[in-house]
Amino acid sequence: MLYINCPHCGLRSQNEFAYGGDATVKRPELNKEISDQEWDNFVYLRKSPRGKHLELWHHISGCRQWIKVERDTSTHEIFKTYKANEAIE
Amino acid sequence: MSQDFRLDNVGMVNREKKISFKFNGKKYFGFEGDTIASALIANGVHLVGRSFKYHRPRGFFGVGVDEPYAILQLDRNNERDPNIRATEQEIFEGLEVKSVNCWPSVSFDIGAINNFLKMFFPAGFYYKTFMWPPSFWYKIYEPFIRMAAGFGEASIKHDKERYEHKYEYCDLLITGSGPSGLASAYAAAKNGARVILAEDKPRFGGSLLTSDVNIGNQTGIEWTEKIIAELKSMPNVTVKNRSQVFGYYDHNMLVMSERISDHLPKTQKYLPKQRLWYIRANEVLISSGSIERPLVFGNNDTPGVMLSSAAKEYMKVYGVLVGKKPLIFTNNDSGYETAIEFKKNGVNPIILDTRSNPSSDIITEAKNLNIEIRFSYVVVAAKGYKKVKSADIAKISDDKKELFNIENIECDCICVSGFWTPSIHLASQSGNKSKFNEKIDAFVPDKSKQKENTIGSANGIFTLEETIKDAFDKGFDVSNKITEKNNKVSVPTVVEKKSSDHDKFWCVPLPKGKSYKRFLDFQNDVAVSDIELALREGFRSIEHVKRYTTLGMATDQGKTSNLNGLQLVSDIENKVVPQVGHTTFRPPYTPVSIGAIVGREVGKHSKPTRKSPMHSWHEKNNAVFVDAGVWLRPRYYKQGNEGLFEASKREAKNVRQNVGVCDVTTLGKIDVKGPDAAEFLNRVYTNAWLKLPVGKARYGVMLREDGIVMDDGTTTRISENHYHMTTTTAQAANVLSHLEYYLQLVWPELNVNVVSTTEQWAGAAIAGPNSRKLLIKLFPNLDVSNEGLPFMGYKEADLFGVPAKIYRISFSGELAYEINVESDNGYFMWEKIMEVGKEFQIQPYGTEALSTLRIEMGHVAGSELDGRTIPYDASLEGLVSKKKDFIGKRSLNRSAFTSTDREKLVGVVPIDKTTSIPEGSYIVKDPKAKLPNPKLGHVSASCWSVEYDNPFSLAIIKDGKNMIGQKLFAMSPLKNKTIPVEIVSSHYVDPEGKRVRS
Repeated sequence: MLYINCPHCGLRSQNEFAYGGDATVKRPELNKEISDQEWDNFVYLRKSPRGKHLELWHHISGCRQWIKVERDTSTHEIFKTYKANEAIE
Repeated sequence: MSQDFRLDNVGMVNREKKISFKFNGKKYFGFEGDTIASALIANGVHLVGRSFKYHRPRGFFGVGVDEPYAILQLDRNNERDPNIRATEQEIFEGLEVKSVNCWPSVSFDIGAINNFLKMFFPAGFYYKTFMWPPSFWYKIYEPFIRMAAGFGEASIKHDKERYEHKYEYCDLLITGSGPSGLASAYAAAKNGARVILAEDKPRFGGSLLTSDVNIGNQTGIEWTEKIIAELKSMPNVTVKNRSQVFGYYDHNMLVMSERISDHLPKTQKYLPKQRLWYIRANEVLISSGSIERPLVFGNNDTPGVMLSSAAKEYMKVYGVLVGKKPLIFTNNDSGYETAIEFKKNGVNPIILDTRSNPSSDIITEAKNLNIEIRFSYVVVAAKGYKKVKSADIAKISDDKKELFNIENIECDCICVSGFWTPSIHLASQSGNKSKFNEKIDAFVPDKSKQKENTIGSANGIFTLEETIKDAFDKGFDVSNKITEKNNKVSVPTVVEKKSSDHDKFWCVPLPKGKSYKRFLDFQNDVAVSDIELALREGFRSIEHVKRYTTLGMATDQGKTSNLNGLQLVSDIENKVVPQVGHTTFRPPYTPVSIGAIVGREVGKHSKPTRKSPMHSWHEKNNAVFVDAGVWLRPRYYKQGNEGLFEASKREAKNVRQNVGVCDVTTLGKIDVKGPDAAEFLNRVYTNAWLKLPVGKARYGVMLREDGIVMDDGTTTRISENHYHMTTTTAQAANVLSHLEYYLQLVWPELNVNVVSTTEQWAGAAIAGPNSRKLLIKLFPNLDVSNEGLPFMGYKEADLFGVPAKIYRISFSGELAYEINVESDNGYFMWEKIMEVGKEFQIQPYGTEALSTLRIEMGHVAGSELDGRTIPYDASLEGLVSKKKDFIGKRSLNRSAFTSTDREKLVGVVPIDKTTSIPEGSYIVKDPKAKLPNPKLGHVSASCWSVEYDNPFSLAIIKDGKNMIGQKLFAMSPLKNKTIPVEIVSSHYVDPEGKRVRS
């Protein structure tokens, strides 16, 4: 079970969190004309990398904040965690 | 009591306390502290089971977790417990165990015919035999395999025992209380670290219990007792026996199973049977020790052949002789220790040493004791069927290929030692890639992967002096990293006998003309010939050889067979063991009971149960409850002999004619607050929200980004910057996460806060033509006229002294109001409504009537908004704004969503007006069409319309609106029904919506 350092609460067990997928996906702006392809990419297409992955976790049984976690998908090593709108190094 | 094989005054069992138990129905005696194995051996019993494949007789091979043979089934308080290792299970008064895998009895076993058919059971037997014809699978092969599989039978009754889970944190977890575990625990604890020391056996000390050593002028046992006593007295230390750390998971999470009551006749009142510990350890020291390796020779699975260390432990710990004419077969000095122990207890052993001329202190001691030693000698084959009676032995050439002078000598047990295999399982599970240590012919852990270090013999260190010194250092170093303290304890002096090098020999060649089975895996009956065959058939990867032959795949996970198997593969392939590599070690290290894994989460504890504040009222009034997510909701209120159908019809009818009240507390409620709340709702919902005035409610639909309807509900503007959102019961948690996602990640610039208020409010929906009359009585000072509180209006009022919120919203399609009060006042509100409503013929109604009312009104719910529908499918197009953007809007332009033949919501009425249509039925044009019959759609919800007194259903069918008026068929292959139906509008009752506005 992963041990995730919530930037708001500190180290907490994985079972307090819900996984939220790729954190690098950016929602297209409202009212912006975009192609079907761009919209499709946003809604459906996700990379599934082996190695470093910046992903969202929701501290659902804790502070209820969405956080970003940089994790190695093959070793589960967690390099760094960020608040929702913190700049990513 | 005479126990022929029990020694006087030797061992650590409690001679004061005699314990009786039954094995295969026969009564035996042992002492407190005996395991089933030691007690049976004391009674001279060595035949305890039959092997998995050939049903060969099985005795005892080891003395602990590595035991491959003695797997028994335990009957405890009328419950069956299979897969019990006789070497681990302690006896208690009244214990009953029996052999498995044999019929009719362990002594006379019909299945043993397999032994004579063994040429038909080669490696890969299953893959080769159970292939053709395919039709044989269900009736012949599968039942056969099922019958042959497994050790014992699981109980089919509920397990009444209690199991617990515990979460624990520590600086340092130490797995094993042998010399290295004790030394490191002591050093770390003295330096202020929070330590957990776990020992899988009942007694602490590991090898110190049986080795003839001296630490700080004390015997191994004395030193163990001193250290354990001191550790137990320290507040920063937890010491646990009967506790197996069986899994090493991510981020230093280890799981340990503690057998609290397994050794007791009956679980004590406040104690669970077992407890599973989830331990998050800052650092881990793995001191799991090592397991003796067998030597491989003919019929080496005969009862009476066992590990020499096991024979020694049976003597020293349990005071039990495994035989009176022992033959010791060894390639290292460990066998001598066992021989010396036999000699000290008045038994004359013979040692066969594969080495030609070794010398060490211990060999000298054996010689001085006049023990017969034959160098360059091996056991060729054990003789005897149910117990070793003699052995064929021979001199072996220096190149270990030729056998000379084969002779038969009498013996009643053969104690084998093929040197030691470090238990690297936990280190390997942590991700540590092991490395091969040539000196000890075994794998040891390599560089640490997680925060783990391996110490003692688990790390391939086999001298006590080095072990103790290294463990003290590691314990200090690790604790120093955590506590930053420098309290170093001094390392005691160690006196031990020096050993000579072991011989790399492990397998005795077959003599000419003999085809003895030489077993590698004792539990799965995998012999040398099976591995040879697998390799001849082209299997190369060790992972494939393992799966094809089942080597190491039994419940003992190959603890004794693994390295010899690798040795054999590398010999045949002309490789060295590290080139072959080893198979992956996975948790659990030892079998764990399902009960321990499940813990307390059984029955009603498997999920939380949420109840509304009015729950006890419902109970008192004969409510029949239904699970709605984790909530319990009244389904209907039973009167007299009513069933579900009659009661729900009565309740729904009363709503249409008079007034009803329904507990709607379970609806999700979310407070949305902030200056940008209106803008936020405008983006979340498909319809427009910017112009909703204060004091008004609006129905809204929200989508996922892929255009599918996520949830619906009403949201009310309480004040300028405060909205009260309701969600469906099922989606409440998801909607909150969804809102938080957008506020925190996508539009952080919006100044809005959301919080769940579901449990803060108790809700009652009052519905029916009499509801306004009731409201006037409930709130005499409030203007509740159609003008004062219009449809979708909102008012705050006083309910007999209790503050209340009134929303004029309707799910039933009738004139209706929803009253919310603070949860604590919910019961009071409910009683008042019932009391005041009496004169208007009020009746409570449950979820079934609620469904009936919404279905005949054509209001959609979860069965229509099922994760596949977009707003247009559910007749919600009026709610989709063309002007503004919102979550999921762009998806609605996708061609699949704009296609005209999408399935849309309609109503369905059976032509005979009497046959109810099963939910899930298909709507088809021609019931006799060839299968698969093209379906137009499906029936999503059915009810008995109380308005028209006939069945009515909602369905989602292709090109729905254009199908209205058509005569089609509803088919339910499950219920074997075909019903002629007519498609009608989904708004079956009051299509203009006059009632809600009346």
